[in-house]
Amino acid sequence: MTALLSECRPLVGNDQPLLQATGLSKFFGPRVGCQDVSLEVHEGEVIAVVGESGSGKSTLLLLLSTQQLPSSGSISCRMRDGVTRDLFRLTEAERRHLLRTDWGFVHQDARLGLRMGVSAGGNVGERLMAVGWRHYGKIRAEAQAWLERVEIATDRMDDRPDTFSGGMRQRLQVAKNMVTHPRLVFMDEPTGGLDVSVQARVLDLIRSFVSDYGLAAVIVTHDLAIARLLSHRILVMRQGRVIENGLTDQVLDDPREPYTQLLVSSILQT
Amino acid sequence: MSANSAYNFAYLDEQTKRMIRRAILKAIAIPGYQVPFASREMPMPYGWGTGGVQVTAAVLGANDVLKVIDQGADDTTNAVSIRKFFEKTAGVATTTRTRDATIIQTRHRIPEAQLSEEQILVYQVPIPEPLRFLEPREPETRRMHALEDYGLMHVKLYEDIARHGHIATTYAYPVKVDGRYVMDPSPTPKFDNPKMDDCPALQLFGAGREKRIYALPPYTCVVSLDFEDHPFERTPIAAKCELCGADSAFLDEIVTDDQGGRMFVCSDTDYCESRRGEASP
Amino acid sequence: MYVAVKGGEAAIAAAHELLAKERRGATAVPELTAAQIREQLVLAVNRVMCEGSLYDLDLAALAIKQARGDLIEAIFLLRAYRTTLPRFGASAPFDTSSMQIRRRISATFKDLPGGQNLGPTFDFTHRLLDPELTEHAPVARPQRAEGGDDVAAPHVTTLIGAQGLIEANTGRESEAPVGDLTRDPMTFPSDRDLRLQALARGDEGFLLALGYSTQRGYGRTHPFAGEIRMGEVEIVFKPDELGFEVALGTITLTECEMVNQFKGGADKAPQFTRGCGLTFGHSERKAMAMALLDRALRARELGEEAVAPAQDEEFVLSHCDSVQATGFVEHLKLPHYVDFQAELTLLRQLRSEWAQARRTTDAAIVGHSEAAE
Repeated sequence: MTALLSECRPLVGNDQPLLQATGLSKFFGPRVGCQDVSLEVHEGEVIAVVGESGSGKSTLLLLLSTQQLPSSGSISCRMRDGVTRDLFRLTEAERRHLLRTDWGFVHQDARLGLRMGVSAGGNVGERLMAVGWRHYGKIRAEAQAWLERVEIATDRMDDRPDTFSGGMRQRLQVAKNMVTHPRLVFMDEPTGGLDVSVQARVLDLIRSFVSDYGLAAVIVTHDLAIARLLSHRILVMRQGRVIENGLTDQVLDDPREPYTQLLVSSILQT
Repeated sequence: MSANSAYNFAYLDEQTKRMIRRAILKAIAIPGYQVPFASREMPMPYGWGTGGVQVTAAVLGANDVLKVIDQGADDTTNAVSIRKFFEKTAGVATTTRTRDATIIQTRHRIPEAQLSEEQILVYQVPIPEPLRFLEPREPETRRMHALEDYGLMHVKLYEDIARHGHIATTYAYPVKVDGRYVMDPSPTPKFDNPKMDDCPALQLFGAGREKRIYALPPYTCVVSLDFEDHPFERTPIAAKCELCGADSAFLDEIVTDDQGGRMFVCSDTDYCESRRGEASP
Repeated sequence: MYVAVKGGEAAIAAAHELLAKERRGATAVPELTAAQIREQLVLAVNRVMCEGSLYDLDLAALAIKQARGDLIEAIFLLRAYRTTLPRFGASAPFDTSSMQIRRRISATFKDLPGGQNLGPTFDFTHRLLDPELTEHAPVARPQRAEGGDDVAAPHVTTLIGAQGLIEANTGRESEAPVGDLTRDPMTFPSDRDLRLQALARGDEGFLLALGYSTQRGYGRTHPFAGEIRMGEVEIVFKPDELGFEVALGTITLTECEMVNQFKGGADKAPQFTRGCGLTFGHSERKAMAMALLDRALRARELGEEAVAPAQDEEFVLSHCDSVQATGFVEHLKLPHYVDFQAELTLLRQLRSEWAQARRTTDAAIVGHSEAAE
C-alpha cells in the first residue's frame, strides 16, 4: 500500500495552490449560473461549497472541473511536474488526461460516475487501462486492493453496480477515482439520497482518505453538518455569488452574513 | 472500354471515382483511421458489399485481374454476383486463383496464400467503428480516436476475461495499427488477424452504408489487442481438411447428416483446390 | 463422399428466371403496363419518387412493376438509377406560394384567404370496400366550380407571420450553399438543411411512427396543421452558360407547415414555432410526419431538453433511410458461416472448460466427504 502511495505524491512540500480560480462566471443566456467567484485550493485541503438549490454551487463545480467552459474568468492548476498552467490553454487531450489521473469527480448520482454495465472490478480498473496498464492480473489485483479499502467485499468484484446498494455505489465511485492517486477530488453531494447511517460510512471513508493520502477536495453540499465534518474552509453561495468564506469552524460558529446566519440557525436541533 | 457501354468503366462516373480515390489516399496516409466518404447508391443493397465494390471500382484498371470471395469461397452467391457485376461493367479478366489476381475483394476472410506487393486486398466492412457497440454515439467515438482514448476497449476485454476466462471476441477482433489507431479488421475470424501484420499487399477497407474507408499500407505493423498475461491467441485448428489434408488453414464445419455427423473442409476454396492440384485455369 | 459445393452461379441465374416468371404471374391475366401504374397507382408512384429522391413518374412506375409492387425495392431501383445521372446544378428554391393549388386546407382557421379546398382526398370517404372497382368501374365527371383556376392563397404562416406571431423561417436569406448528403457524408450534430433532406428521403413508416410518438408524449410539440397544400410548382433553373433563369417545367409537390408550441425569452416575445415537410407528388402523410419530426429535431436549437427518440437526431437520421435499413437487415441472409464457426469453436471450448470445472469441484466434494468419514 505505501509503495504505491509514494509512487505519485510529490515529495516537495509546496505552498503554491493546487488550484486557483479567478473571477469565474457562467451565464446561461440571461440566467446567472455563478458570478465572479474566486478561490484557491491547497494540497491536502478540503473546501466545502454550501448553499441552497440554485445557489450556483453545482455550476461552480462543473467549471472548476473543466466540464463546462466559463463565460469569463480563469482557472490555473499546478500539475504534477510542478508547473502551474492555465487550464483552458491546455488541449482537450491534456484536460481529459488530467481529469482521469490527477483529479477525480464523485457524482451525486452514481450512475453518472460509473459504467453500470461493467463489473465493479472493471470500473475500478478502467482508469488504469486508460493510462496504459496492460497486465490483467495486475489490474485486477490493484482493483481488488482498492475495493477492500472502500470496504466492498471482493466476492462482489465481478458483479455489476446495478446490483449494488446506493452506499456501495458511492464507495465504488470513490475507489474508481482513487486508483490513479489523484491529488484533487471534486464531489457533488456525495451522500445525497443515502440513508443517514450509510452516509456516515461514506463520509468516514472520505475523511480517512483525505488524511491518509493527503487528498485535496472541493465538496459541494447543502448539508452544513457534512461541511463541518469534512472541510477546513467553507464558501457560502447565494444566487450565484460567494457571500461569505473562511475557516469552516469560524464561519459556522460565528457567521457574519445574515444569510449564513439563517442557514446555520435552520439546522434542526436534534 | 467497358463491356456494357451504357455505363462508365466499372459503373461509377469519373468524378465519383476521383472522390473515392482521394479518400483512399487519405486513408493510406493515416493507417487505420476511418475516412468519411460520400458513398453512392449502388445496384446492390447496402450491407451487401457496396463499400468494397466502390473501392474496387475506384482502383480497378482495364488490365487488372479480379478475384472475389465471400467466406473464403469464390462460388458463394454474393461473390458470384459481385464478380459478374464487374465482368459486365468493366469487362476485366476474373480469376479464382489467388496468385493470379491483382485485386481481391473479400468478405469475412483473408486468403491463406501469401499475398504479394503487386496485389490489393479490398475488404467489405459492415460496421467500421470498433468502439460502436461500447459507445453508440458517433461524435463520442470520433473524439475517442482523436484523443487516443481507448480505455473502454480494454475494459471490454477485461470484462470478457473476468466473465469467461477468455477474451470472447472471435471475429472482428480489434487491432492497433502502426501504434496509433484502433481498427476493426471487418468480421474476419481472429485466426486471420496475424496475416494483416507486415503484409506486402495494400489492404483497403470499404464500408458503404456507414460511409467510411480505411487502409493498411504495405508492411504496416498491426497488433491484436490483448493483455500481457492474456496474449492474443489464434484459434487452434483441431482438425485437418478432409479434402486436401491441410492442418493450418481455417476450416468450415459441414453438417453431413442428422445424427451429429460432421466434417471439416478448407474455407479458402482456391487454397484447397491448389493443394489438390485441381485449380482451374 | 463429400464434394465441395459448387453451382452458385447457376443457382443465381435460375433464381432470376424464376423471379421474372413470378413477376408476370398468370399469363391468362393481361400484363400490367408501367403507364397503368403511373395513372392508377399514382400514390405508390409518389412515394417511390419521394424516397427514391428522383422525380420521374414513368421511371418510378417502371420500378414498381419491376419490383413486383415491393415499394422499398422500387425505391432502391430508382436510387441506383439516380446515382448514374450527371448533376447539372441546383434549381432556385421552390416558390410554393405561387403553387397551382389542387388541394389546400388549414386546421388553424375556419376560413382564410384562398379558402379550404378539399381536392382529391380519402379523408372523408367511408372505408368500405367497393366491389364495383374489381373490374371496370364507371367514373362520374366531377363538377367544376365557378371562378376559374387561379386562387390567391398566401400561406397561413405568412399571414400570422406578418403579425409577428410565428418565428421567421431561418436560413432562407442565407448565401451559404445548401448541404447535400448524397455528395457529402452526414455528420452530427447536423444542420437543418441536411436533416430535412434526410427526412424527405426517409422511410414513410418510420417517420410516421416517430411523428405519432411525439403526439403521444414522447417529445410533445403541440402541433397544429397550419397549412397543407398540394399542386403544381414551377422549377426554375439558372444555367451557368446562359446567366439567366429558365423554367424547366412543373412538378407536383405536397407541402405541410405545422404551427407548434410557442417559445420566447427575456429578449424575445413568445412566438409560435415551425415544422416543415415537403414531398414529391401527393404524399400528405409523409409531409405531415416530416413536419412533426422537423420540429422535434429542432429541440437543441430551441433550447429544449431532448429526451424522446424523435428528438434524438443521431437516432432518427441514422435509421430513417429505408434503402440502408433494408440492406443491412437483409444482409443477415448472406453467408455468415465463417463468423459462426468462430463462435462455435469458442462456445465448445467454454463448455468443456465449464464441465471440467464442475468435475473437479464434484471430485473435491466427494474427496472431502470421504476424508470426513
